[in-house]
Amino acid sequence: MATVEEVKKLATLARVRLADAELEKFTKEFDAILAYVETISAVEMPEGEALRSGQPLRNVMREDGVPHAPGAYTEKLAAQFPARGGDALSVKQILTH
Amino acid sequence: MSNGMTKLNELTIEEAARRLRARECSVRELWDACAEEAQKRNPELRAYLEIFPADDEAIAAAQKRIDAEGERAPLLCGIPLAIKDNILIEGKIASASSKMLENYRATYDASVVKKLKEAGALFIGRTNMDEFAMGSSTEHSAFGATKNPIDTERVPGGSSGGSAAAVAAHLAIAALGSDTGGSIRQPAALTGIVGLKPTYGAVSRSGLIAMGSSLDQIGPLAKSVADARILHEAIRGKDELDSTTIPDGLYPKREIPKTLRIGVPRHLLREGVDPDVLVAFEATLAKLKEAGHAVVDVELPASAHALAAYYIIMPAEVSTNLARLDGMRYGRAARGDTLLDDYIKSRTEGFGEETRRRILLGTFVLSSGYIDAYYRKADAARAVLRREYDKAFESCDVIAFPTTPSPAFKFGEKSDPLSMYLEDIFTVTANLTGMPAISVPMNTVNRDGKELPVGIHFTAPHQAEDVLFTVGNTVEKSL
Repeated sequence: MATVEEVKKLATLARVRLADAELEKFTKEFDAILAYVETISAVEMPEGEALRSGQPLRNVMREDGVPHAPGAYTEKLAAQFPARGGDALSVKQILTH
Repeated sequence: MSNGMTKLNELTIEEAARRLRARECSVRELWDACAEEAQKRNPELRAYLEIFPADDEAIAAAQKRIDAEGERAPLLCGIPLAIKDNILIEGKIASASSKMLENYRATYDASVVKKLKEAGALFIGRTNMDEFAMGSSTEHSAFGATKNPIDTERVPGGSSGGSAAAVAAHLAIAALGSDTGGSIRQPAALTGIVGLKPTYGAVSRSGLIAMGSSLDQIGPLAKSVADARILHEAIRGKDELDSTTIPDGLYPKREIPKTLRIGVPRHLLREGVDPDVLVAFEATLAKLKEAGHAVVDVELPASAHALAAYYIIMPAEVSTNLARLDGMRYGRAARGDTLLDDYIKSRTEGFGEETRRRILLGTFVLSSGYIDAYYRKADAARAVLRREYDKAFESCDVIAFPTTPSPAFKFGEKSDPLSMYLEDIFTVTANLTGMPAISVPMNTVNRDGKELPVGIHFTAPHQAEDVLFTVGNTVEKSL
């Protein structure tokens, strides 16, 4: 079942940090939750037709084009930025040496 | 008390619309009645995260329209509604009850809000919820839990618990919520009102903060089935801003027979449901029979795996959807030494415990080595479940069971996550199959000397909401 190391790894992948106490708690809870959801393994995998149900799925694309006047939403969106330089979003340096 | 004495905030949409047209009250009086009650009761109930100041312009415009158009004015014109905090209203905060979006101000209207504005509806406030709609009690709100107006020691259900409490306590005429696994229907049942989860694709999600995109739908919480229908009709329809919305008539039209065949999966009710909830359920079925309808047995064996499938698919989609919240463009922006620190600090400070739990679960079930055992299996179980429901609907018109196994529980009673997840055992099937479902009050059960409401739940085939309104009306009349 789940180990503290595994849950720590998941947290790293999901970009959140867990305090030690929380790590222990989550690990215990994961055991119970995973034991429950593992009952899914009893489902017999249907094949072919049986796997498809309802309306067939398809991707919906729109025509390429100009959806709105350039800059129409710039100020509204930029007003939410935590830090901005003009109309640009300011972030830390992405590539480091 | 004569009908004329009913307080304005206690009216249904139907009755309020009638009085507005008959000049028995003004839009301003209706607004004031709701707003005053909201101001008075909200410190105790915490149904609203924010009560909006009166929009004088909108109130005047609604009044003018009713005066000019009379019966032709939309039924929602001048009606004060409560909106769940994960649905965007331009210029207002939309936080999804999370510290992550505490400071986020919506830059556009959700398509449903746009439609309501066009109909002349008014917005009383944004309602409390479980953070990012994850929970069944509102205890996971970052801003404190909502109390059930029927018994304030108990939860109102969730995640749309604030919307349910606002309607049940008459702090609004009706409300919008969102439903990913039962988040409209379960709080409706626990507060004694009506809640509808529409067919997947019936209502646009443009401007809804996404949780589980293959499951989420926006729907009404209302004081009557007729009101739920009015609100649903106002918000539904294909929307070019949400490519998952569907056109009318995509699924075969279901006629509404005089005698409804009500399918009951009795094999699901043998254990786990409180005995008095079952008694209330059987009594409601008996009344439906008296009204001339037929009750038939149906078998839905894959339902046994529905909750497990849901608690794999939903966290998988949650972990994906919430990856966009990184502290960069909007919302909480904690800063550390490096860009990676910025992401981690923002997400760690911004997300509450349940949100983090589900993100990690989703990350787990999608990780290589586990995706076949969990996610693909769950997806297969979902397909099997849907086929079973399609087959069952060859021999019945609606499928009925109790909305929840028990009435509202006390705060802190379900602190173990798995016990909270079991609240959704009946409601998740409609999200997995995409079918529409409604919860309607069906009598009360007694706990600690208090009469607590419970709901009866009906599922119909895709796009057969009308069948739900018909059967819901019958239950409502029989009470």
